This record gives sequence, structure tokens and C-alpha cells, in this order.
Amino acid sequence: MNQTGLHGTALRLHKTLARIWAPDPGWRGWLTTSNNNDIGRLFLCVATAFFVIGGLLAMLIRAQLATPGSAFMGPEAYNQVFTMHGTVMMFLFAIPFFEAMSMLLLPGMLGTRDLAFPRLGAYGLWVYIFGGTAVIIAMLMGLAPDGGWFMYPPLTSAAFSPGLGADVWLLGITSIEVSAIATAVEVVVTVLRYRAAGMSLSRMPIFAWYILVVSVMILTAFPPMILGSLLLEVERALDWPFFQVENGGDPLLWQHLFWLFGHPEVYIIFLPAAGMIATILPVMARTTLLGYGWVVAAAISLAVLSFGLWVHHMFTTGIPHLGLAFFSAASTLVAVPTSVMIFSWIGTLWKGRVRMELPMLWLIGFFATFVIGGLTGVMLAIVPFNWQVHDTHFVVAHLHYVLIGGYVFPMIAAVYFFQPLLTGRSSFFRLGGVAFWLVVPAFHVTFLAVHVAGLLGQRRRTWTYNEGQGWEVLNLVASVASFVMAIGFALVILDIAINTFAGLRGRRNQWNATTLEWAAANPSPNYGFASIPVVRGRYPLLKDPDLALRIAKGEGYLADTSRNRRETLIVATTTGEPSQVVVLPGNSILPFLLAVVTSTSFLAPLFKAYWLSGLALVGVIILALIWVWRLAPARTEGLVDAGHGSQLPIASETADPPGWWGSLFLLLADGVHFGSLLFGYAFLWTVAPNWPPPTYLSPELWPVVLAVGGAVALALAPRLMLRGIERGRVWPMLLMGAIGTLALGAAAASVMLARPDPASHAFDATLWLLAGHVAFHAALTLIMLGYLGLRRIAGHSLRVGEARIVGLWADFTAATSLLALGAAWLPGAFG
Amino acid sequence: MLAGGVAIFAFVLGLLTAALVRRPAREGDPATGIWLWTLGLGLPLATLAALTVYGLVMGERLLPRETPDLVTVEAEARQWAWSFAYSDAPGLVTVDVLHIPAGLPVDVRITSVDVVHSFWVPRLAGKLDAIPGHVNVLRIEAQAPGTYAGQSAEFSGTGYREHTFTVEAHGPAAWNAFLQGAP
Ligand code: HEM
Ligand SMILES: [Cu+2]
Repeated sequence: MNQTGLHGTALRLHKTLARIWAPDPGWRGWLTTSNNNDIGRLFLCVATAFFVIGGLLAMLIRAQLATPGSAFMGPEAYNQVFTMHGTVMMFLFAIPFFEAMSMLLLPGMLGTRDLAFPRLGAYGLWVYIFGGTAVIIAMLMGLAPDGGWFMYPPLTSAAFSPGLGADVWLLGITSIEVSAIATAVEVVVTVLRYRAAGMSLSRMPIFAWYILVVSVMILTAFPPMILGSLLLEVERALDWPFFQVENGGDPLLWQHLFWLFGHPEVYIIFLPAAGMIATILPVMARTTLLGYGWVVAAAISLAVLSFGLWVHHMFTTGIPHLGLAFFSAASTLVAVPTSVMIFSWIGTLWKGRVRMELPMLWLIGFFATFVIGGLTGVMLAIVPFNWQVHDTHFVVAHLHYVLIGGYVFPMIAAVYFFQPLLTGRSSFFRLGGVAFWLVVPAFHVTFLAVHVAGLLGQRRRTWTYNEGQGWEVLNLVASVASFVMAIGFALVILDIAINTFAGLRGRRNQWNATTLEWAAANPSPNYGFASIPVVRGRYPLLKDPDLALRIAKGEGYLADTSRNRRETLIVATTTGEPSQVVVLPGNSILPFLLAVVTSTSFLAPLFKAYWLSGLALVGVIILALIWVWRLAPARTEGLVDAGHGSQLPIASETADPPGWWGSLFLLLADGVHFGSLLFGYAFLWTVAPNWPPPTYLSPELWPVVLAVGGAVALALAPRLMLRGIERGRVWPMLLMGAIGTLALGAAAASVMLARPDPASHAFDATLWLLAGHVAFHAALTLIMLGYLGLRRIAGHSLRVGEARIVGLWADFTAATSLLALGAAWLPGAFG
Repeated sequence: MLAGGVAIFAFVLGLLTAALVRRPAREGDPATGIWLWTLGLGLPLATLAALTVYGLVMGERLLPRETPDLVTVEAEARQWAWSFAYSDAPGLVTVDVLHIPAGLPVDVRITSVDVVHSFWVPRLAGKLDAIPGHVNVLRIEAQAPGTYAGQSAEFSGTGYREHTFTVEAHGPAAWNAFLQGAP
């Protein structure tokens, strides 16, 4: 903390808050902390470590390709290396890295003290660390997947990839996706609810908009992929034939599910980087962003568009001509919002006066690189051209222009830019500049050569090539330049490490930025702000440089520390009016433990230890119950003093506590997952060759009655309970809900009993998944109802908020169960 | 297309450079209209419209059309070989060499018996995937007799690199001889 100018009240406030928000002492503190600063830093370091691993794998690839007929690796090793390179870079580096940056920066930008669900953040971190480590260990043991990062079956099915490699990929990556979904829920709720007083949506810093869009995209794009992984893993382990043609499966189903995720994924990676650019660039030009509204609109339309484009990755699979035309046109359309962003940024530079500091340098590197990547992307969207270069090194070059130019360069700019906030220090040596001049030119030499090799027909994913095809010089040049680039990246990491430990202590807000995170001390303390700022515009520090001092002196909201706990403000979503006070949880080992059991349940199937997996699942349930139980306060507080003369309710006593918002967005992901399952069913039905199945399932009357009755009971019970809570009568409703879940469970069981062999045909396998969806959600809702019952038995008064949370899940369960069972029964009902 | 791409790239970087070296005395005029309406929206819309039309027209030309003298062959992929069968010579199967008549349109009916592969003869047509359970039809036509190199273009495991084949295009006499000489 920069002490100069801080005295009296400010210092006292700082000391108290620092104590309240302190992690546990010693090494144990790292396991129990949930503060966004700690979690974010760990996240960032681990993601960087995976970047280094992915980079080393890239060097192996380039070493192999440097000369024709190289004996360095054979095809077995090469296939593992490029598959792992792609997988590590996409799943273990790119996504976690921006999640880490947003964890670190978002609370400061929004003027709040921490993220919405600190423990969920900690849980996500640990699941990621365990899952990622497992994947790397498997690779070192020679058990790496080798089917390419998009893992097309049947190549990755048990018949053609009998080893553990594909399972490592499916289970490891899925657990990391679960972690990404946890983080996304946390970020969405933070942006929508946890902000400074008066920060309406239109006053949010631009990065908050970007990361909000990205998080919603994660919630809608990852579920299809999770479903795909589930289907493939179930097929590999239990022989349920989702992708086997003989029994009614279809390998194309995987490609659809994968690219439903895979294309938005590209924008999920690009948009956070764009958010960083839109944040940094105006500061570097000493001005404000040109066309804020335009940029927000562009980000949203890019997100929407990106969900309609997945088929452009499947142009060569025999898509009907009309489909090709549509997706081709739509694909080129994404260039429009991208172009709006680019010109908004150049216009911003135009109206300001640019200073050439290191972050700006990297942004120039971004422009020079990304524009080329965008243009080759448009070329790829043109169907006849795509047919010629699809699956050559041209595509490899395109994708690295976009990923490295559009993601890695801006993120390096961001790390340098925010370094004073993250570490309290600024750049020291001139090493950063040298690194820049190594990386960017070497990058262009490498991948321009790779472009040309692709145009000359060099196929990607081939482990070597023959002499005399005209590719030798190009590949040698690419390899040598890529080693130079790697040295440059190493220098960047070294430079930042040196700065972290030996850089100059910077003054507060050294760039004269205008957004709230720069009002925090340097480095930002765990509690973030001594009091929650009040903002009156989009650029709070622009006209009001003293804001920082007033915040430190406690002139904002929630400066009163007498309640001696971690509090922050919740505002009305659109207007930013202060509306609730939320109490954030303290240090706890629970997230770590829960991550251990979750990862166990994911990884045990690798060793066919299904019993262990089941046991761990029980552990997950128990720990989760303890977790929420400990968070729920036993007594009611009523209104509390939030400062500025306002009395606000405690969030857990309101009708829409953060848990309600979190559930809403988690259910969005769940709903997309379920929708993908229905899509898969419809797809197999209409496209897969060996359909219809030998027989359909003809429903009997009783399960139908049970299903409808159960769904109605489940939908009604929480609604009646809301009224019951006031009168202190909740048992009848709890019982009614419980019976509803049991009825739904029985209906689901009837489906499985009627078709006892899910391995016989894709139809039967799908029935089991539909029934499984019903049974799983019925059980989940039952557990939640049981939890309310336990609270009642313990003598706690139930809250409207928690009843409404259970109501959300109950509604979802009732609705999707009817859909699922209806879909299972419908084809046989008229047969 | 390449020239257009280079032009756009040069234009954008030129603007960028100008923006970087400019030193307006005071905060410049935002000029939102030019930056966002004209350059942000107008420029890409115009370029893309032209490009898409061009692409569709090109694509249309590659489309198979009804013709009387159409020859049909079957291409079946496996790890790691291609076998070809001929509707004009039932029972005849060739491995890793596809024989076609030159100057006539040929429909290749592509499928796979194991994993996903892709049929690609760069000088004759774009690529099309061989997917188990599906048959994709690709129209090719060799203008002149000769040998054309072909390869699989979808990763299929360790033998992927060597998963190649050749296309022999014959003149009319040689084509008949090939069909007659069927063993
Ligand atoms: C550090 C410099 C890098 C170099 C020299 C490099 C090099 C390569 C090469 C040569 C391939 C093609 C392998 C083949 O198809 O035979 C490849 C594939 C790939 N790279 Fe990189 N790469 C680098 C960084 C990255 C980064 C930062 C990302 C992502 C953020 C990335 C993502 C991918 C992906 C997704 C693939 C496709 C893998 C597959 O075909 O399954 N690479 N890389
Ligand atoms: Cu795409």
C-alpha cells in the first residue's frame, strides 16, 4: 500500500479491512483462500505454465518439420504431440488465462470488493489444476490422446483408439469445462449485480461488457461439447452406439456438437482480448473510446453470429448446396462487427495522442497480425477456396495469426499495462522491448512461410514430408524463426517475473487511466476498496482525480467495519442503485476438498474404478450440502446501515439473492445441454443411416400419469411454499415436492426398464440419456427439498430467497422432464 | 482475391500509422460518422457482398449437372487404402489407383468403412469427406489423359501421411480396353 497521503481514518480503515479480508497465515492460506486477488494470481501462474508446456510442444513440432524425412519422431509420437499442443493451448492456456485476468481485474473495474461467489471461483481453480495436471501426467506417461484436438470419432472410438489417451482427453477436458462454467456463472452475476453505486449498465467499463458477453457464450457453447464428450465417453466405456453406424449412430453427430462449441470458442478466446484492447488503447492515446455503444453492439452481434456458423468447419462433409451457400455468406458476415471494432480503435488513436509505451507496442503487433488473420479467414469462408486448402498448413497459419495475433499479443499488452495493479511494480529493464522485437517479426516469418507451404499442398497433421516437393526451404525457415519467437516469449515471461520481484514501486494510476480499478491502491489490496465508490459517469477518474482519496477515507458505501465481516454492495442491474448488502464467505478448505472429490469422480473412470467415481459423487453431494449449510445464516438481521444514510437488506434475506441469479445462469447452461441432447436425438433420427430402430418404445399409461402428475406437483410445491413460509407452514409443500420428484424418477425408471439394453441401438442409448436427465434432476431437486427440510428441523426460519432458488430448479426439472419423456414416448405412442 | 486482401491490409495499416504519428494539438474531432458508419460498417459490407457473390458463382460452376454420358465410380476408403469399383465393369476393383475416362464427367461415390477420410485430387476438384454410413458424390473431370496425384485430407491416424492414391485418366480407346480387360 502506498502510504503517503494516508493518515487517520484512512489508515485505520485500511488496517481493519486488511485484517477482515486476510487469508489464513502460512501455506495453508493458499488452500483456503477465496479472495479474487489470490485465486486470480494462482490462476494466472498456472495458465502461464500451461502456455510454456504448449509452447515446448510447438517447438517439438517445428523441430520435427524442420527437415524432410526427419527421424526425430515417428507418426505415433507426432500425433500425440500436435494433439496435445492444440489441446493444451486451447483448453489449458487460452481460456483459463483470460478467466484469471478477469478475476483479478473485474472487481476493481466494477468498484466492488470481490467476485460474486468467491468460493466457487476457488473451486473452479482447483478443478482446473487437477484436471490439467492429470492430462499432462498422462502425456508424460505416453498416454496422450492422438486424434487431433477435435477428436473425430470413429477414429477416437474404442475400436480405433483402444488406449487410455482418448479417455484422458474426454474426462480431463470435461472437468476443465465444468470449471469454466463455474467461473462464467460467477462473472455474469458479478457484472450484473456487484458494482459501484450509480454504475448503470451504460456506465460500465467496456471490459465488463465484453466479459459479460463472453461468459454468456461460455454458458451456451460449452454444454454441446460437454454432451459430446459424455456421449463419446459412454460409447467408449459402455458401448452405447452414438457414433457407430451399424447400430444407428452417426459420426457426423460428433462433428456438429463439437463445432457448435468450437466455432464460438474462437470468439470466446478473441473477445476478452478485444475487451483488453478497448480498455488499454484509449489510455495509451490519452483519450476515451470512440463509439462505446457501437463497440458493445459489435461484441453482442459477434457473439450471436458466432452461434450460426459452426457448419463452416464441415464444408467438406457433404453438406447440401443450399446449406453451403447460407453458411458461407453468414461466415463472411462476422467480419462486419470485427471491422466496427477495428475502426473504432483506429479512430480512438486518431483522436488522441499516442504514447509509445510497451503495452502500445504489443497492440500495434496485434493490429499488424490480426488483420491478416481476419483476411485469410474471409478467404477460407469462400467455399471453392476452402475445398482446396481445408486441412493444409494454410489453415494452421490462419489459426495462429488469429490466436497469437488476436489473443496472445493483446494479453501480453494487458499484463504489462496492469502490472502496477497486479504486482505494485512497473517495468524495470529494457528487456520487454527486446522481447517484442524478437517475437513479432519472427512470428510473421514463421507463419508466412507456413501459409505458403499450405498453398503448395502441405497437409496439416502429417508427421513429415518427402524431399523434392518444394517445401524444404519454407519449413526450415519457419522452424528457425519459430525458435527465435520462442526465445522472445521466454524473455517476456522472464521480464515480467523480474519486474514482479525487482521492479520499481509505481505511483498510483501511473497511466492516468479513467476507470475505477486505478483508484485502488498499488498493488490492489485484498479488500479492493476501503469503501464502495459512488460514480456519476462512465469515466469516474477523468474529472475527479481525488476520488481515490475519498474512497480510501471511507466516504463511499460500506465503510463501517463494525459488523466485522466481508461485505460488499449489490446494485439494481440496469440503474446501479444500491439495493442489497451481501456478506461474502471467509476462508475455507471446502472448495479445495470439493474439487478433490469432483476430480476423483471425473478421473476414476480412467482406471475403470466406477465404484470410486460413484463414491466420490456421494462425497460431492455431502460436501456441497455442508457448504451451503454453513453459508446460510440461522437468524434474520433485517435492514443494515450501508452508509450514505441508506438502510439496505442483507442479500440472503431478499427475494433475489445472488444464489438465485447464479442458479438462473447455471440453468441456462443446463438448458442448452438438454437442448443439445434433443438436437442429437433429432439429428440421429433424420440423418443417421440405420434408422428407424427395430422397434420404438410404446408407453404404458401409468408412467405417463406419473410423469404428468409429478411435474405438476413439482411445479406447484415451491409456489405454495412461498406463501407457506409467511405462515410458518412448509412441511406439506416439501412433501408434495418430494413426491413429485419420486414420481418423475419412477417414470424415468420405467423407460429404462422397458428398454434394458442401451447398447443395442442409438435409439435405446438416447432413451437412457433422456431418462438419466430426468432421474438426475429429480434427485437434485429432492436433495434441495431435503435441505430445506433439514433447515426447518434445525429450527431455522426459511427464506423466501432460498425457496425461490429451489423453485427455479423444480420448474426446470418439471419442464425438461416432460419434454424428455415426451420425446422418448412420442415415436412409439402412435406406432 | 490476394490482391484485394493485400489492398485492405495496406489501407488499414496505413490508417493505423497515420493515427499513430498524428499529434493533434487538442482532443481531435471524433468523426464517428466516418470511422464507424463508413469504415466500420460500409467497407466490410461492400467487400463481403462482392466476395460472396463471386464465391457462389464459382461454387455453382463446380456443381454436378445432369449429363447423358456420365461415368460413375465408387471410392471406398479404409485405414490406409482406397479401393475403387466401376459401374461400367461390375466386379472390377482397383486398389489405390482410380481409372477414369478423360474428357468425360465422372461421379465419384465416396464412402468409408472405418474412420473419416477425405477424397482429394487437387488438380481435379476440391475435397470431399468419406464418412462411414454416408455416400458423398463428387463430380470430377480430367481434361486430358494422364496421371493425377490424390490423397486423403482428413486425419486418420498413424498411416495418414501415406494414405495416397493416383488417378489414371485414359483416352477413349484405353478406357474401353481397361473396362474390357477386367479380370
Ligand atoms: C508458440 C508458437 C507456436 C507455434 C510455433 C505453433 C506451431 C504449430 C504447428 C506447426 C501446428 C501444426 C501441427 C500439424 O498440423 O502438423 C500447430 C497446431 C495447432 N496450434 Fe500451434 N503453435 C504455436 C502457438 C499456439 C498457440 C498460442 C495456440 C492457441 C492459443 C495454438 C493452437 C494450435 C492448435 C489449436 C493447433 C491444431 C492442433 C490440431 O491439429 O489438432 N498454437 N501449432
Ligand atoms: Cu469457425
